[in-house]
Amino acid sequence: MIDPLSVFLLLISASTPILFAALGELVVERAGVLNLGVEGMMITGALAGFAAAYASGNPFLGFLVAALAGATISLLFAALTQVFLANQVASGLALTLFGLGLAAMFGKPFEGVKAPAMPIGPLRINWIVWLGLVMVPVVWWFLNRTRRGLILRGVGENHEAAHALGYDVRLTRLAAIAFGGAMAGVGGAFISIATVLQWTEGMTAGAGWIALAIVVFSNWTAPGVLAGAWLFGGVTVLQLRLQAAGVAVPVQLLSMAPYLATIIVLVAISARQKYSRRAGAAAPGSLGTNFHALR
Amino acid sequence: MITLIPRQSASTGWQIATPVMAVLATMVTGGLLFALLGHDPVAAIRTIFWDPLFGPAASYSRPQLLIKAAPLILIASGLAIGFRAGIWNIGAEGQYIIGGLTGAAVALALYPLEAWWLFPLMVAAGLAGGWAWGMIPAMLRNWFGASEILVSLMLVYVAQRIAAWMAFGPMRNPDGMGFPGSRNLQQYPSAANPELIAGTGAHWGVVAAAAAVLATWFLMSRHIRGFHIRAAGTAPRAARFAGVRPQTLVAFCLGLSGALAGAAGLFEVAGPAGQVTDKLGVGYGFTAIIVAFLGRLHPVGILLAGLLLALTYIGGELAQLTMSLPAATVQVFQGMLLFFLLGFDVLTRYQIRRRRTA
Amino acid sequence: MRSKQVKDLTKGTELTDMPVFRAKGLGKSYPGVRANDDVSFHVMPGEIHALLGENGAGKSTLVKMIYGLVRPDDGQMWLGDGAHAPSDPRVARTAGVAMVFQHFSLFDALTVAENIALGMENPPPRRELSARITKVSHDFGLPLNPARRIVTLSAGERQRVEIIRCLLQNPRLLIMDEPTSVLTPQEAELLFATLRKLAAAGTAILYISHKLDEIRSHCDRATILRHGKVVDSCDPRAHSARDLAAMMVGGQMRQIDRSGRQPGAVLLEVRALSQPAPNAEGTALKDIALTLRAGEILGIGGVAGNGQEELLAALSGEVRSTPGTVTLEGADLSATGPEPRRVAGLLSAPEDRLGHAAVPDFSLTENTLLTAGSRKSLVRGGLIDHKAARDYALAVIEGFDVRTPGPHVAARALSGGNLQKFVIGREVMQNPRVLVVNQPTWGVDAGAAASVRQSLLDLARQGAGVIVISQDLDELLELSDRFCALNEGRLSPPVPTDGLTLDRIGLMLGGAHGMEEAHL
Repeated sequence: MIDPLSVFLLLISASTPILFAALGELVVERAGVLNLGVEGMMITGALAGFAAAYASGNPFLGFLVAALAGATISLLFAALTQVFLANQVASGLALTLFGLGLAAMFGKPFEGVKAPAMPIGPLRINWIVWLGLVMVPVVWWFLNRTRRGLILRGVGENHEAAHALGYDVRLTRLAAIAFGGAMAGVGGAFISIATVLQWTEGMTAGAGWIALAIVVFSNWTAPGVLAGAWLFGGVTVLQLRLQAAGVAVPVQLLSMAPYLATIIVLVAISARQKYSRRAGAAAPGSLGTNFHALR
Repeated sequence: MITLIPRQSASTGWQIATPVMAVLATMVTGGLLFALLGHDPVAAIRTIFWDPLFGPAASYSRPQLLIKAAPLILIASGLAIGFRAGIWNIGAEGQYIIGGLTGAAVALALYPLEAWWLFPLMVAAGLAGGWAWGMIPAMLRNWFGASEILVSLMLVYVAQRIAAWMAFGPMRNPDGMGFPGSRNLQQYPSAANPELIAGTGAHWGVVAAAAAVLATWFLMSRHIRGFHIRAAGTAPRAARFAGVRPQTLVAFCLGLSGALAGAAGLFEVAGPAGQVTDKLGVGYGFTAIIVAFLGRLHPVGILLAGLLLALTYIGGELAQLTMSLPAATVQVFQGMLLFFLLGFDVLTRYQIRRRRTA
Repeated sequence: MRSKQVKDLTKGTELTDMPVFRAKGLGKSYPGVRANDDVSFHVMPGEIHALLGENGAGKSTLVKMIYGLVRPDDGQMWLGDGAHAPSDPRVARTAGVAMVFQHFSLFDALTVAENIALGMENPPPRRELSARITKVSHDFGLPLNPARRIVTLSAGERQRVEIIRCLLQNPRLLIMDEPTSVLTPQEAELLFATLRKLAAAGTAILYISHKLDEIRSHCDRATILRHGKVVDSCDPRAHSARDLAAMMVGGQMRQIDRSGRQPGAVLLEVRALSQPAPNAEGTALKDIALTLRAGEILGIGGVAGNGQEELLAALSGEVRSTPGTVTLEGADLSATGPEPRRVAGLLSAPEDRLGHAAVPDFSLTENTLLTAGSRKSLVRGGLIDHKAARDYALAVIEGFDVRTPGPHVAARALSGGNLQKFVIGREVMQNPRVLVVNQPTWGVDAGAAASVRQSLLDLARQGAGVIVISQDLDELLELSDRFCALNEGRLSPPVPTDGLTLDRIGLMLGGAHGMEEAHL
């Protein structure tokens, strides 16, 4: 028989990379920036974190380095969109393509080696999984209960007005993008250090894109991100279980499940947002548009 | 302090200059990267950008140029039209795969029939397959408001898995002694997409790419539909006022770019690749995004950009062989190229002024 | 709530002679424009000081400098006895300057309390702030619920949020940028009562407007700007509206010729037109009915956001309606899009010039293709005739005196007035049967406004029907033969414009009971 608790533990573990990346992207989008480079930042974090953990033997140092690496590469996107006022969609795509290439290029020496073991935390749950769960209320509290969170939401909702009131739109967005990069980096490193336990090229396999979809699914709220990540984790675990149980469906088709589930969820939630009569769209008002002030 | 002042209209001079600057900046930065990795930067740059055309093995690599450039140009021509309208199809890789599969399916189903109409039918099936795969995000956006960016991208992963399933299952060569992969279409005369002029690498895909460049140029500069597409990209409300239905445009752009990507997939499967494998998608669909931007979304620019990026593919392979540079070098180069282009682009839209600080 | 009794409080109070705010020699340049040049003036405590000028006279740039949004190139400012050179708005707010923006600086998805907290330097904790908002807003007769989200508020309520945000900071100088442009006359009275109370308490108010009547009845002093310079400073009550207008424009106003029009057969008929709101911010159209005759101008007034854009979209064809609702000369156009309607002779010009009526990045030549493709044969069989388009652009430039180096210039490079002349000209020169325009002279200088209005009158004289949707009541009284009010998506029955007073119109615009009064 399947033990429900162990299934749940698998589920929250499977959802952790997406949870980190989506929480980070939530903050970025709440600041009015659409960063499609999540996949690129995750793979960068996956490689940098794995390399640091492997070299030092300390997985936690790996996660720290992954956060730094994710934040650093996100600053490329930040510079393009906030300083050079480049199109956010194109810049995000560039970040993803660049990150995937960079990781593949520098990852060669790390293929085939094993990550150091993660110490197990309370309740047989990995410490980083705990950290991810803690970040949900922390992000919620920051966005909804702090002055800086209010300013960040203001910048994302109406950057013209935020500027007119004297807030630094660019600085707020730079900080948000760097935070998003760090979170994506940690999410990516969780895949290499704590899940697969080794480095393989392209190992994030679309997790960054799924994280982007989950931000839409969440209606731009932190608890919604958790729900979306768990839903995704559930589908992944289910799919793996079915594979292990030897269901008479080709493995390749079963492994489509997370992507199909993402599409279905995205469609359902978009339809609700489109047709609901509730006043006000949930997406931040200035999402995806650049701001340039003449002084 | 430096400030940016918006230009009244985009500068034509800079529009041509910035892609060239981006290429040069990529070469310099790439050289630094190679030096960092312990390679001779000058030799590496020469291997990638010069040797494929004029180096010792050029007679082998030159035909490769057209083979690699054709799918890039074909896909990018379609993508650029959507990008102009603000419709972001980033799942061309998936449409490419599906087009290859549907086209190959026709041939494999009719094997070993020989008929002149088989290849045209395969092309039609490739177009239709790519079109249908592109229409999924289009319809989901029109009906439910789902982001075409995310849906089209998710469908790449789905398409990759369908390709793998086909290669291992339904399309596996019955005479292949259990190895994955379909029959080789190059050995099936009616279905093959052969080299048309020996030594050039030109196959039917090259012809199609040239036709696509001409057709999209005509559409975008002479036809009212192209005018509407451009209007919708920069001022959607004005386009609606002119009489454009956004839904029609979404379906047109995603359908067209999907069809062209599907055709590219078919030409590849029936030609250079020869068979359906789980590695059917080799990233042309993503690289074509860079081609579209580097070509400034303009047909002529795309033609040149497609050739340049094809060159980096071949040069990258060459550098992998002769200098044992990692295969991903090319990907890094392509990513950098897009970064630099987007960064330099500020010059086309803004004047840079130095200003005293108050 | 019309309280005029507080009006004369300032006269009695003893106030110091020290100005609250002084500016000396202020100047600011943008590429190609000298927005402000050598501007000097001062505002006394308790004074409602008008800043008067045409669109583009430099009023907004001037107040942005005071509020720290724009840094002056030269000149000096003082607030009280200290130098005032704010590096950003937060510094200005700390120094005691508050501002209510013309286009509200509000955050739609956030609550009233959150919006107010963002406009304060050191907001109190959430509960305390909510309590203070409730109290202050009641004290001033502008009740607000701090938990409501901005999207759910009307334009008048949104302005309250801006005002309360300013009041909570006890400003020394309160700047108001065209505050009544979104209010009904009754709401505007309420606003002035509030300003009087504030002035009585010693706050200096800098009031920007181009509405002469309200300045003459409510302001103590006026500083008049023209082309970025101060041309005069006077007591507005001592001058006639005509004098003030002459100072503002710098010459005599052109007289409008209304003569020679005869109402003819019915051209356009709208019956039982209802539309759901296009989005959360939009307005639903409810049972709209109107008829338009040849040679007639029908004026549709209303406060912003009462369905003007939606009505234009339903007439232009951008939004289709149920069969039988929109007919032109007997032909049912309800189910057709903009192109077939243009072919049939129903043309329109939306309010937003940049981005709706014209594509900002496109040349004037290309912008002709937006609407004139069929009627002017600029597009045949889907193929664009670039030469014909250029010729038509040249004809419009010539015919409507559009000041531009040529048809190759991008639309966004034109001034508001010139682009509006181009947009109106592009439609008028297609000889429409019916032309529908929304806010035809919004943000346009007086010269261009006069020529646009004249062209609409001329079009009607030639036998076309014209519908003018506008928030400028003077404009409607000047142009139209009959007047309807648009209120929350409902259109009142028409009344003849002759003999109609601003007061009566105000009642018509003022809501459901006002609609009944319109029947009297």
